[in-house]
Amino acid sequence: MSDAGHRFRTLLGHRLFWPVAVLVVMLAANTVYRPGFLAVEINNGHLYGTPIDILRLSAPLILVALGMTLVISTGGIDLSVGSTCAISGAIACLYISRAPDQNNLGTVLTALAMALGVALVLGAWNGVLVSVIGIQPIIATLILMVAGRGLAQLIAEGQIITINSGPYRAIGLGHLLTLPLAIFIALAAALLVAAFTRRTALGMIVESVGGNREASRLAGIRSGRVVFLVYVVSAACAAIAGFMMTANVSSADGNNTGLWVELDAILAVVIGGTSLAGGRFYLSGTIVGALIIQTLTTTVYAMNISPQTALLFKAVVVIAVCLIQAPAFRARFRRRRPGTPPPPQSSPQRQKEQVPA
Amino acid sequence: MTDSRPVLTMTGISKSFPGVRALHNVDFQLFPGEVHALMGENGAGKSTLIKVLTGVYGIDEGSVTLDGEQVAFNGPMQAAAAGVSTVYQEVNLCPNLSVAENIFIGREPRRFGAVRWGEVRRRARQLLARLDLDIDVTAPVASFSLAVQQMVAIARAIDVQARVLILDEPTSSLDAGEVAQLFRIMRQLRDEGIAILFVTHFLDQVYGIADRITVLRNGALVGEYPIAELPQLALVEKMIGKELDVLERIEEQPRPELAVLEGGTPFVQVSQLGRKGAVAPFTLAIHAGEVVGLAGLLGSGRTEVARLLFGADRADRGEVEVNGARTGLRNPVQAIDQGIGFCSENRRAEGIIADLSVRENMILAMQAARGWLRPIPRRRQDELVDRYIKALSIRPANPEMPVRNLSGGNQQKVLLARWLITEPRLLILDEPTRGIDIGAKAEIQKLVVQLSDGGMAVLFISAELEEVLRLSHKIAVMRDRELVAQLDNDDTVDADRVMQTIASGTEREEASR
Repeated sequence: MSDAGHRFRTLLGHRLFWPVAVLVVMLAANTVYRPGFLAVEINNGHLYGTPIDILRLSAPLILVALGMTLVISTGGIDLSVGSTCAISGAIACLYISRAPDQNNLGTVLTALAMALGVALVLGAWNGVLVSVIGIQPIIATLILMVAGRGLAQLIAEGQIITINSGPYRAIGLGHLLTLPLAIFIALAAALLVAAFTRRTALGMIVESVGGNREASRLAGIRSGRVVFLVYVVSAACAAIAGFMMTANVSSADGNNTGLWVELDAILAVVIGGTSLAGGRFYLSGTIVGALIIQTLTTTVYAMNISPQTALLFKAVVVIAVCLIQAPAFRARFRRRRPGTPPPPQSSPQRQKEQVPA
Repeated sequence: MTDSRPVLTMTGISKSFPGVRALHNVDFQLFPGEVHALMGENGAGKSTLIKVLTGVYGIDEGSVTLDGEQVAFNGPMQAAAAGVSTVYQEVNLCPNLSVAENIFIGREPRRFGAVRWGEVRRRARQLLARLDLDIDVTAPVASFSLAVQQMVAIARAIDVQARVLILDEPTSSLDAGEVAQLFRIMRQLRDEGIAILFVTHFLDQVYGIADRITVLRNGALVGEYPIAELPQLALVEKMIGKELDVLERIEEQPRPELAVLEGGTPFVQVSQLGRKGAVAPFTLAIHAGEVVGLAGLLGSGRTEVARLLFGADRADRGEVEVNGARTGLRNPVQAIDQGIGFCSENRRAEGIIADLSVRENMILAMQAARGWLRPIPRRRQDELVDRYIKALSIRPANPEMPVRNLSGGNQQKVLLARWLITEPRLLILDEPTRGIDIGAKAEIQKLVVQLSDGGMAVLFISAELEEVLRLSHKIAVMRDRELVAQLDNDDTVDADRVMQTIASGTEREEASR
């Protein structure tokens, strides 16, 4: 038993090791380039500094990626999260902009509730398409990804909705206990999703459905309901992320709010160690993945890399991260180094080799 | 028959996985022109030895020589290129690709970089003709039976100018005629000088074809014997390391009379239950404490009956009564609610969740029945899992190991545990002993007897008549997707009579009983 526990712990450490190492290396490289990179100072009772910015800016991505993790774990994918961000942001901002008193807390809460409600309907739409009608997730959610942008435009009547609401602005820029409120919201969402999946049996059931849907059905799992549920959760996460994005700039832009966030979220999930084929999911890995992506974005700006090459730079780093993580790639790299075919008693790679099916 | 120089030698092979020592200092040699049987229980290391040989796994210690040269393959493709081809236990084909594509995948004949599809189809037909198989090579593999798929896998293996052909339980899904056909091919290949390594759990088949036997037990070599020097009983004893009398003991146990069992209301009574294209309407009663055997050839509708009774497929006609009350079995959830469990014959696709641990696989059905909002407390999980790991002697006894790391027989036991934990009233076992070794087989048979003695109803499906006869109180015979007879398993019933029923479809008068 203690042996099994020990191995489980080392495995856990192993899984998060590379993503965390990459994050640390990136922070270190930034510090070398700009020694003040890690400096944090107190100003007006709030903490300021690049690390804090990274945390604050990665909050929406973390939210979207949490929902995406569950969807991917069932073997699906949700491309519509960016559009959901835009729609929920637009609805919230529209309601607030038409209210007599934009600073009224009740108004803002009503706006949030309405927008969240619509997002849940959008998630249910995706869920029905995938689980009841049986459309492939990538196609099913592509519908809302494209149509959703139009919907957001329609809600905003083609305009960028600008608001001036203190309470709403606080979602993106407010502070709590010296730290940005957004960090706490992301953290709370992460804990909530973790409790929702790991304190109940939902996590195991999601992994079971993603690992083998037919076998799960024959074990008495209502696979359809589980699949439906994860799309609803994903949409809810995206809605909250949409509030943050629009609150940051106090305006909702149907065209650009949450643009391409689905791709960053998928990337964060994959970097975190959850397989796109479904099965086991790792929420902690996803969060590290999201932090890596935000750190990368910040690095691009900090190093004054020209916008023309920024995307290429990002792509190269992401490819490197994925390769470093792939067991097959690491094994090959190790095998190549000694030169000739693998010596029978090369011990270091032995423990790490996974046993394939 | 055999050359003096081995084509393949493995010396001092050791291989460990986290927590398991799969092989320890194993020697093995294979001569050209022989059929060499590799025998052992589940988890004895047969599959691991083959995977080490073909480079699926790296070797911890020891060496492999092919034709006197030391080799270390980095995977089955490289091994195949060097003349060592493998057909695995579970058919490894791409179900959505055509037969011809499957045979030539990865080594298509090309001209100027373009695949010559005509040539691919022509050669595929040629190869299959060699195996006496006349099928449409452009049809997807999934449209054929498991047996045909197995033949396609063998065709694929022998096309690569193999010098060593490894057959890892190729016969587990074949019926008698197909086995004979396979053996004919094996003898033909052997006489051409190919060395054949043959793994099977069917002892009769070993004595029907093998020239020599190597026995493994718990990852260690027991010995290598010419077939003539190792009688069947001695082989079994070497495999399990103790004298085997469990099977005999089962027969000695007094069984309750069928009349007594069938006195009350049946637990499940189906009337004219059927599904178009799957199985003709049938009527069957299963009582508490009764083992009903389902006999018939592969594809005769045995599995289809089981799936209807479990709601895995929806019946389009007929009525179901559970405990005398009308009900439906429209989906697995409903069947499980009524106290029915089902172990599918297709362990990998419909049974285990490979990613999840042994513990999670075991508690899955119970958890599903409780709903995700009511997780089973961890302590209770551990209790249940520990109990069944012990009761079914599952090896390795590590509840947190991914179930995919277990051997086939142990995976089967995990699935059994999954259902036993739900304490079903009726357990449907579809080929529970297929592809597993004699020791585990005896354990599972013993378990069936124990369960029915404890009042559980069991529907036992098996291609092995002997097994059905030994365990069942009543035998339902399937033929051409129709339930043609129900025989009370008394002294008048033996394998011959069941065979005749399967062959002729007579004894219909008893079917209306």
